[in-house]
Amino acid sequence: MQTDKEIIPHLFRTEYSKITAVLAKLFGFEHIEVAEDIASDTFLLAAETWGIKGLPENPVAWLYAVAKNRAKDHLKHRTIFTEKVIGGVKQNSADLYEMEIDLSNKNIVDSQLQMMFAICNPAIPPEAQIGLSLRILCGFGIEEIADAFLSNKETINKRLFRAREKLRKEHVKIEFPAQSEINKRLENVLTTLYLLFNEGYYSLSQNTTLRKGLCLEAMRLNFMLIENKSTNKPAVNALLSLMCFHASRFEARINPEGEIVLYEDQDTTLWDNDLITQGEFYLNKAAEGNEVSKYHLEAAIAYWHTKKSDTIEKWENILQLYNRLLQVEYSPMAALNRTYALSKADGKLIAINEAEKLKLTNNHVYSLLLGYLYTDIDNEKAVAHLKTALKLAKSKTDKTAIEKSIGKIKVLSK
Amino acid sequence: MKEFVMLFRNAPTGDARPTPEVMQEFAKKWDTWLAGISGQGKFISGSRLGAEGKILKPGNVVTDGPYAEVKEILGGFINVKAASLDDAFEMAHGCPILLLGGYVEVRPVIPTGN
Repeated sequence: MQTDKEIIPHLFRTEYSKITAVLAKLFGFEHIEVAEDIASDTFLLAAETWGIKGLPENPVAWLYAVAKNRAKDHLKHRTIFTEKVIGGVKQNSADLYEMEIDLSNKNIVDSQLQMMFAICNPAIPPEAQIGLSLRILCGFGIEEIADAFLSNKETINKRLFRAREKLRKEHVKIEFPAQSEINKRLENVLTTLYLLFNEGYYSLSQNTTLRKGLCLEAMRLNFMLIENKSTNKPAVNALLSLMCFHASRFEARINPEGEIVLYEDQDTTLWDNDLITQGEFYLNKAAEGNEVSKYHLEAAIAYWHTKKSDTIEKWENILQLYNRLLQVEYSPMAALNRTYALSKADGKLIAINEAEKLKLTNNHVYSLLLGYLYTDIDNEKAVAHLKTALKLAKSKTDKTAIEKSIGKIKVLSK
Repeated sequence: MKEFVMLFRNAPTGDARPTPEVMQEFAKKWDTWLAGISGQGKFISGSRLGAEGKILKPGNVVTDGPYAEVKEILGGFINVKAASLDDAFEMAHGCPILLLGGYVEVRPVIPTGN
């Protein structure tokens, strides 16, 4: 049983975004801040009232009732303002009291999904899309968002303010895209969810709970897309599969000190088998139809990584998947991982030949890869590359791991 | 970086069809070779061409199949980015078409517009 102290933050997380989405849908995106303010005010009032009178019988219903009243008040004032000051639109104020503000489960889900399409818009930069998603769709506080981005409240507030302004200017509507457009618009949504997940997974923030929270939110939003018929597409399932496989290693890849544990050093008993099974389920779902998105390829790679033993079959499959992934979308990381897989499948000499062509200088992972490939082939070169990697690496975990590798080679060469 | 096209030409195989295993092995070789180029961030796009086709010649002369009168057919092409023709030519090395007795032709793309 949750104590009263815990229940408000918990409800805030789940209900804030629901109230905001429904009200913003009602008022229109141009009034999104009003929707956010009403949702915030509702929680302020809840904290005050419940602190004095104790928890109401049905806290969620209480919140919805307050939010509805506030929304009606706002609409009333807006109407008076429009009638008296601007003198334009005629609207019978009495209607507003009769109007039902629909906080049914269906309307909440629809509004949140539509909000997702509104926010995940390439008109604003990716980090603004992630920030707005965290604020509006996930109910994260500005402080938490700042922490996740290793930034401060002012910067985040400014970023979100500019993002809302830009979306207003673009006349973004809170609605479902037309069927003919859905795949293209979904691509934007999936990109944002993918980045949101990665923000949590690869974040340098020491706050493990927060990082996990980001990943879980990305998965929750992704799941909402799967539960909705028109957005339940193969790529959507592929992305959730990818997230499940990655998340299955969450406990194993961070030690109690909040430091990253490399894949090779992970305790497999800490891997979450339920999540691996779920990942397999969604990967099968993703295989319906002919579409092969980059999420399909990445999920399939992640699937092979849930098998720790080094078999030829595993590395040949991973290599082929990276080969195809690179043709769909180039990224330095994919090129490096592909070369590593090549060394595992076809041997280090072939991989060295390919690695030397990549020329990703100033990337510590590139130097690290060359260091690994030259180990036992040309140890002098290996150490030189690892020393470059050490110079380029930024995090303490990376530096420690590189120093360990250098030490190992020196011992071997003696 | 400039743009180049690599054209893959080969003698028509006619009715001789390789086994699925051989085809698969070959597809892997292509993927691996192409990934070597895309891994450098130099791959732009590519197309494989089907064997069937029609040729239209002056005087409304139509021939079915592209290989009625040719010693070789175009099997596909890719567009790549490279610093120079030599650089692009370097990338052509290791192309699996060479194993089949075919060859790669590297040509610069003339920029359109300005």
